[in-house]
Amino acid sequence: MPIDKIALEKAIKRAIPVSHLEIEDQSSGCGESYAIVLVFQGKTTLARHRFINELLKDQIAQMHAFSQKTYTPEQYEALQEQQEQK
Amino acid sequence: MFRTTLRSSVQLLSRRAPSTILRTQGTAYRYLTQEARSQIQKAIEASPVVLFMKGTPDQPQCGFSRAVVQILEMQGVPPEKLKAYNVLADPELRSGIKEFSDWPTIPQLYVNGEFVGGCDILLGMHQSGELETYFESKGIIPKLEELADDAAAPSSNSDASKAP
Repeated sequence: MPIDKIALEKAIKRAIPVSHLEIEDQSSGCGESYAIVLVFQGKTTLARHRFINELLKDQIAQMHAFSQKTYTPEQYEALQEQQEQK
Repeated sequence: MFRTTLRSSVQLLSRRAPSTILRTQGTAYRYLTQEARSQIQKAIEASPVVLFMKGTPDQPQCGFSRAVVQILEMQGVPPEKLKAYNVLADPELRSGIKEFSDWPTIPQLYVNGEFVGGCDILLGMHQSGELETYFESKGIIPKLEELADDAAAPSSNSDASKAP
């Protein structure tokens, strides 16, 4: 069953305040492969990933591929600066 | 002759498939048996670096698994410290490891029995330089200073390597 982008976005936003969220459907329309970038406060990278894995458990189980980049606001800011410098 | 063998094996497969699938899914979601759990526990302690992947390091069967193998190579993780398990060869392991680690995807990396993460985490750690420090602190790869010391004193180094 395809997962749609809006459902993913809703599920995330309902659960946590994210300061930045990008959802990219990499499946060319079949809804089975997503890559997301999100920024929220959380202890460690592993903890943040686990949180999202748990949150989107049902959706991930139905997908073929799922990839996440999960930053804290500080990390994301540093990353943006780095990219600007390049 | 070939056709009949082919047909019978196909029939055999299709007859077996539904029950096998049901069974593995059942174990996957709720009931990771104590035995399976202890087997996995043994597996992650078998080597300092343990990777659960699709395919083998020489022939990865998935882009995410390939990426992790390449990262480990680039980090200079010695092959004798790495043990890789092909989850495609073992459906029970494939579902069991997901529940064991509480992690929905493959590949999964363990270092000294500790779960590190999957492809996204390793890639992020690799790019930020965190992974190198991590491997150094876990004694998987030699620290940079040690390498520099060795290079500075090559004669003592060769003596050391001869000593028992």
